[in-house]
Amino acid sequence: MNRKLPAVLLSAAMAFVLAACGSGSGGSGGSGGDDGKITLGFSQVGSESGWREANTKSIKESAQTAGIDLKFSDAQQKQENQIATIRSYIQQKVDVIAFSPVVVTGWDAVLKEAQAAKIPVVLTDRAVDSDPSLYVSFLGSDFVKEGEAIGDWTLNEYKDATAPVNIVQLEGTVGSAPAIDRKKGFESKIASNPNLKVIASQSGDFTRADGKEVMTAILKANPKIDLLFAHNDDMGIGAIQAIEEAGKKPGVDIKIVTIDAVHDGMQALADGKINFIAECSPLLGDQLMDIVKKIKAGQPVEKRIITEETTFTQQQASEALPNRKY
Amino acid sequence: MKAVIGHRLFWPAAVLVVMLLANVVVTPGFFSIQVRNGHLYGSLIDILLLGSPLMLVALGMTVVIATGGIDLSVGAVVAISGALACYLISGQEDQGAVSGVLVAVALALVLSAVLGFWNGLFVARVGIQPIIATLILMVAGRGVAQLITSGKNINVNSPPYKLIGGGYWLTLPFAVIVVAVVVALTGLAVRRTALGMLLEAIGGNAEASRLVGIRSRRLIVLAYTFCGLCAGIAGLMISSNIATADGNNAGLWMELDAILAVVIGGTALTGGRFTLAGTVLGALVIQTLSTTIYTTGIPPQVTLVFKAVVVAIVCLIQSPAFRAKVFRRRARPAAPPPASPAAADVEVNA
Repeated sequence: MNRKLPAVLLSAAMAFVLAACGSGSGGSGGSGGDDGKITLGFSQVGSESGWREANTKSIKESAQTAGIDLKFSDAQQKQENQIATIRSYIQQKVDVIAFSPVVVTGWDAVLKEAQAAKIPVVLTDRAVDSDPSLYVSFLGSDFVKEGEAIGDWTLNEYKDATAPVNIVQLEGTVGSAPAIDRKKGFESKIASNPNLKVIASQSGDFTRADGKEVMTAILKANPKIDLLFAHNDDMGIGAIQAIEEAGKKPGVDIKIVTIDAVHDGMQALADGKINFIAECSPLLGDQLMDIVKKIKAGQPVEKRIITEETTFTQQQASEALPNRKY
Repeated sequence: MKAVIGHRLFWPAAVLVVMLLANVVVTPGFFSIQVRNGHLYGSLIDILLLGSPLMLVALGMTVVIATGGIDLSVGAVVAISGALACYLISGQEDQGAVSGVLVAVALALVLSAVLGFWNGLFVARVGIQPIIATLILMVAGRGVAQLITSGKNINVNSPPYKLIGGGYWLTLPFAVIVVAVVVALTGLAVRRTALGMLLEAIGGNAEASRLVGIRSRRLIVLAYTFCGLCAGIAGLMISSNIATADGNNAGLWMELDAILAVVIGGTALTGGRFTLAGTVLGALVIQTLSTTIYTTGIPPQVTLVFKAVVVAIVCLIQSPAFRAKVFRRRARPAAPPPASPAAADVEVNA
């Protein structure tokens, strides 16, 4: 009796999940184009962060405004879920498939299936390593450009510096595209000023806890730090705590620059604890709907479309904060 | 001298000392401890403070492993406990109220113990293999934590809560004091009563211990409950330290670090004999390794390889069979190898 119970519970749970997946597609399978409305099948990575949540919200709202019938599915960080979802979109004959790939590799088969079914695919936010002919367009941030924006600010901030400027870099997850590209963009810019020296560069895994732990150790080993560049806001916020606990003033004793512009980061920027943030915007819904409409109208779209992004100073952050969506 | 080298804690302790000394060579100020802002400040203090959650989780893991089990769900419990406490505190009007924080902490700890109890029931009553039984909660638990936090970071601004994992008491980190108390109480419970012997008996031979009249099921459930509770306290510390509950990343892969700490400490995964002091040393070795990497500036791409090499060396040194092989060539006649921690024998430590 008892031995069977978990199995029964598990199968019940699975049935529930499957049912939930099914209902997500709205029960109007194959209706694409019947009522003249464009149908877009979107497979989201998951809801792992505030950034992702804003991304989802943006896509849902934009679809409604643009009058596009959106079929939305959350892959809960699993590639197999995403592939299953994309296959179901192919079967339902949606007009366009868009997805934010969980990982870079392993998409060839399902992308070829979509191509065989003549359904155009748009990638959002993250890239894949498949042949570019398998998708129509890739809409997302240019991480190198974000790193360069930080580099430009640094060059300008220390243009009159005569003594060496000691820079600490908190990198993102080792091997992830944002970490590699942001580092590349930043370091290529600051190379033009020999006074700007990266004295320590460690991975904080994009998390607050690791950002704090790494910064705590780096502070002990390096008595003089002028600037901290964190690859995302969360690591920067962790580092701020470490700097405060070391008895220094973040934003003043050690200047801090980050990337993302999520709410907590913007708050710290407005509070003067961060000096400059380059935005990595999740609000790509409107751009995505434009692309979908263009594809449907048979107009050409560019292979690589960069999300509209900006940068924030402390002053701009205080002004922008009340209207931020995330 | 032979007695010192033969002691089961000699090798983990030696490894820790060597790593600390290596740090002093690279970073001369590594051992310096100052008083800053009214509390102790220095790399050694960091290792103790940041290693506290791992020491606790590994402590609970040791007791479970002693019974011949394993608990993969501790990382998820860490996330759930921190998420629940921060969720409750963030919903209060006055986040700084001590009573409110105490209620949140108590509820989080009760939930953690219940989750451990749940694991224990699966293992002892339902008879599922420990690795499978706890895998369920490992996978599902993180989802529960994300459900509590709605997938977002929950920030709290509560000085009493901050004390648990980031505060100081009598110039010492409060978390370190908590760990010391928990380790001492656990040590008393398992070594001054028959509890430790009974646990080792179950791990050594569950069937035989049942036949001599040990209520193994009850003790196994107790061990998992204790493990859950330890993970819960660790979860409070981690979220308190950064004043944020991060349901996605808190305690991620921590179960593996905890198991590693137990093994480095000299407790065998086969169950039976266990050593709490060894586990504490093991956890400190792991934390020292991380701090060393950050302090000496080893490039992030090499970090994991560096860790792997160090851990491999530590495990080899720990292995009596390996030591016997290496040292026999030099000094004959060979001393009988020290009691193997891999042996599932039961030793009475009165």
